[in-house]
Amino acid sequence: MGKHTPIYNDHVAMGAKMVDFSGWEMPIHYGSQVDEHHQVRKDVGMFDVSHMTVVDLQGDDCRPFLQYLLANNIDRLKDAGKALYTCMLNESGGVIDDLIVYYMSDNWFRLVVNAATREKDVAWIKKQAAKFSVQVTEQEDLAMIAVQGPNACDKLCAILDEDSCAVIRDLAPFYAVESGDLFIGHTGYTGEDGFELILPSDQASGFWQKLHQQGVPPIGLGARDTLRLEAGMNLYGTDMDEDTTPLESGLGWTVAWEPKDRDFIGRAALERQREASPERKLVGLVLAGRGVLRNHQKVVVSGVGEGEITSGSFSPTLGKAIAFARVPVGIESDCSVDVRGKLLPAKVVKAPFVRNGKSCLPEMV
Amino acid sequence: MSNVPVELKYTKDHEWVRVMDDGNLMVGITEHAQDLLGDMVFIETPEAGGKFEPGQEVAVVESVKAASDVYCPVAGEIIEGNEALADAPETVNSEPFEGGWLFKLKPDDASSIDDLMDADAYQELLASEEH
Repeated sequence: MGKHTPIYNDHVAMGAKMVDFSGWEMPIHYGSQVDEHHQVRKDVGMFDVSHMTVVDLQGDDCRPFLQYLLANNIDRLKDAGKALYTCMLNESGGVIDDLIVYYMSDNWFRLVVNAATREKDVAWIKKQAAKFSVQVTEQEDLAMIAVQGPNACDKLCAILDEDSCAVIRDLAPFYAVESGDLFIGHTGYTGEDGFELILPSDQASGFWQKLHQQGVPPIGLGARDTLRLEAGMNLYGTDMDEDTTPLESGLGWTVAWEPKDRDFIGRAALERQREASPERKLVGLVLAGRGVLRNHQKVVVSGVGEGEITSGSFSPTLGKAIAFARVPVGIESDCSVDVRGKLLPAKVVKAPFVRNGKSCLPEMV
Repeated sequence: MSNVPVELKYTKDHEWVRVMDDGNLMVGITEHAQDLLGDMVFIETPEAGGKFEPGQEVAVVESVKAASDVYCPVAGEIIEGNEALADAPETVNSEPFEGGWLFKLKPDDASSIDDLMDADAYQELLASEEH
């Protein structure tokens, strides 16, 4: 039997279909994945993401440690509460995990890492931290709930006290704030406005039920995946892993090359790859006609070579199949995808596919 | 427990077969099958005139989760594919035994459906697959 989050019983009571996700029993949907997807784009929904891991770093060396540990530069975080998306690399420049780091104070930074990579992440962080005056704490007693959608702020306010409500109304995107027992980040994985709340495990079920009473429906991991794909956000383990670098994964923008003398893990390997020019890159694809793009389908770029779909699905918002694919850098605007034995034409597009409920595709696609 | 209409015949691949008034067959996937697959997003139905043997791939149903082949239940010739599903694949989820039918088939041998399962046998198959 898999591990359960503190909201497990509520999922079952709400009719969730539970599946294994990296050793956790998690809701894939509560009836219809497509309805749940539209619900978040048009209104609001809530996700149990308590399987994700919160790691707190405390101590005098937090800043120099994170400058060394992460490919993005935490010196970009000037104000308390600001968040940064970054990769954590191995010496070869491969991605150990992607994560969000929150700068709370000069001796407290909070990392949120993926569920599937929990053990190896914590082991890696602890190993690297040995040379620094930093205390690494894996928080076992915290739950995480994401409230996402254009009406997320209003719905959340309806169950928060006046002070917390005022705080989140003023909270700029990609900032977090503490309010009582709640840690509230103005972040998400859907391409809509929304918040991610970290709270004590014993309060999670009550909070979930209060949101539900306000008319916020639960959303499963199925819709979470199609929402993030439409939003052009990578998924660790499928779009990138330890054998691919950020430069091959559409994540070059998260690598802070300046200042040149910042020595971060993987930097030397990444610089070599940048000088030689990477051979592959991650692009967005839209299937021209009918059919569904799926992970691992072969991409054929005429006269250039072949690639592979890393994340493919049907986009409920666009009514078309969309994907990320890792392809030779020589790809231009067109390619074909081997869909169940047939080569179907697809267009190369710049992600995201959808933001704030609207298509981002150029008109001819 | 999933709905299993008594007047239909069934295959082990979770298809249902209805004998229509004119003796031709209507074929679809069962409520159990659509529930396993989840929201349908793309249905490929056969064109009229195609001849198929039992077990041959005749249609494709794709959900958000996976693509799944639909096999011909008995030998015969396609009379009609349900073209309405091209624009409304979700009908297979909402009405698997009615509007969500996939194709109509003229069987080579009217007695060939006797080899298929009745509702009781299909219920037993479902019960056995749950364990």
